[in-house]
Amino acid sequence: MPEHTLKRFDEELERLSATISEMGGLAENQLAQSLVALRTRDTEAAEKVIGDDARVDALDEAVQEQTIKLLALRQPMAIDLRVILSSIKIAAALERIADYAKNNAKRSIVLSQTTPPPAAVSGIDRLGRLVRVALKDVLDAFAHGDVDKARDVWQRDEEIDQVYTGLFRELLTYMMEDPRTITACSHLMFMAKNIERAGDHVTNIAELVSFRTAGHGFEEARPKGSAALYAAGSAP
Amino acid sequence: MTMTSTEGSNHGPSVAVPVATHASLDISKLKDKISIRNLEFFYGDSRALKSISLSLYANKATAFIGPSGCGKSTLLRVLNRMYDLYPGQRATGDVIFDGDNLLRPDQDINLLRARIGMVFQKPTPFPMTIYENVAFGVRLYENLPRAELDGRVEQALRRAALWDEVKDKLATNGQSLSGGQQQRLCIARTVAVKPEVILFDEPCSALDPISTAKIEELIDELKQDYTIVIVTHNMQQAARVSDFTAFMYLGELIEFGATATLFTTPKDKRTQAYITGRFG
Repeated sequence: MPEHTLKRFDEELERLSATISEMGGLAENQLAQSLVALRTRDTEAAEKVIGDDARVDALDEAVQEQTIKLLALRQPMAIDLRVILSSIKIAAALERIADYAKNNAKRSIVLSQTTPPPAAVSGIDRLGRLVRVALKDVLDAFAHGDVDKARDVWQRDEEIDQVYTGLFRELLTYMMEDPRTITACSHLMFMAKNIERAGDHVTNIAELVSFRTAGHGFEEARPKGSAALYAAGSAP
Repeated sequence: MTMTSTEGSNHGPSVAVPVATHASLDISKLKDKISIRNLEFFYGDSRALKSISLSLYANKATAFIGPSGCGKSTLLRVLNRMYDLYPGQRATGDVIFDGDNLLRPDQDINLLRARIGMVFQKPTPFPMTIYENVAFGVRLYENLPRAELDGRVEQALRRAALWDEVKDKLATNGQSLSGGQQQRLCIARTVAVKPEVILFDEPCSALDPISTAKIEELIDELKQDYTIVIVTHNMQQAARVSDFTAFMYLGELIEFGATATLFTTPKDKRTQAYITGRFG
């Protein structure tokens, strides 16, 4: 893509993308640190995740400010318009992902005072890593405008959903076997759901990367796992 | 499918079929008012239009955009045989207007220009009264009784959203009006002869933003009764007023499609570069 005749416009668009990239890096780190806090029962690490969420929120506001200014002053068309619109939505998705990390950090503080089943904690960690890698990959796809890579991330959501469903059933089993684990396991259940939701936002970002670059999302219906999603014993 | 010609494109007889993105633009329900097929235009030996094919739909506004010298004004001028005024200029191909090839040599040019009116870049009021400016064209084609002519003048001035501003001074000189009013007077003059198609050649480039907005609003209303073709350098204006947009470059039609599609997801790289301000 050649440069704009107006160099300032290019600079402003680059600044917007840089803000999103910074926000993405931060959200990815928040997700990673929330997993560390759970795994190592480190309440200090959890507190840091909670505190740092304000930084993600500030970047989200910065993105909104920049996009409003660009829309008002530059009257963008075609790819510029798509880049700007998708930036608002990507920033919103990243903000939500960071919120889920923050919520999980809060729950890991509560869990540090209980004895959750170690296998279940490992399951959350595994699910979290899948989403974290997907987030990292989609941010790479964003940085390079790589639609193929975005599509790959988008397709991997199925695996994340499957791991989540398995984990949900596992947690139900623990609670049925030993009711004393119910408090811990219900926290873990919400954490699993949070991570699964974060994964959905990653998928949305993948679609937005395609939209901004190519002008369309991914045509084929997204692969969907379990059919009887809300049947007894299946994850909501 | 949007017609896109690629770099070094063929000049074959491909016909541009635009993409309809919203329900109101169901192409299959639109009627061609003018069908341009394999149109070539020459200024002497120099070829200014290269095998242009596209449809101008009835009661829709079509905008021609493109950088200076791309042929958009030339294309507009073909549509009412304006080039006949100049020696050495000629067009080949077909321009079918309601079933009749308007390029045929025995075409009645005066009648054609009554059916296809034109509004120019600079307001061109005649040095006569406001009333006479509007009545002048009507008298060329029709011999109306005074009362009926008065009615026609009022109707045209109302149509051009100028009536309220000039109804008490119809006898003053048309050239005493402001630029925006003069342009609306020219639109009234065009409308008064009851054309079927109105060609606008950069109608707002000499006007302030408020007059521009009034003309744009007017174009939107005029679509009810007329087929509109507008050439503009102002892409935002093309985006605001037109249903279809044709992007031209170096005498070729690069892309033609529903305006909403062309300005959000253009198919051709050159269209994208032009409308986003990345040209050259």
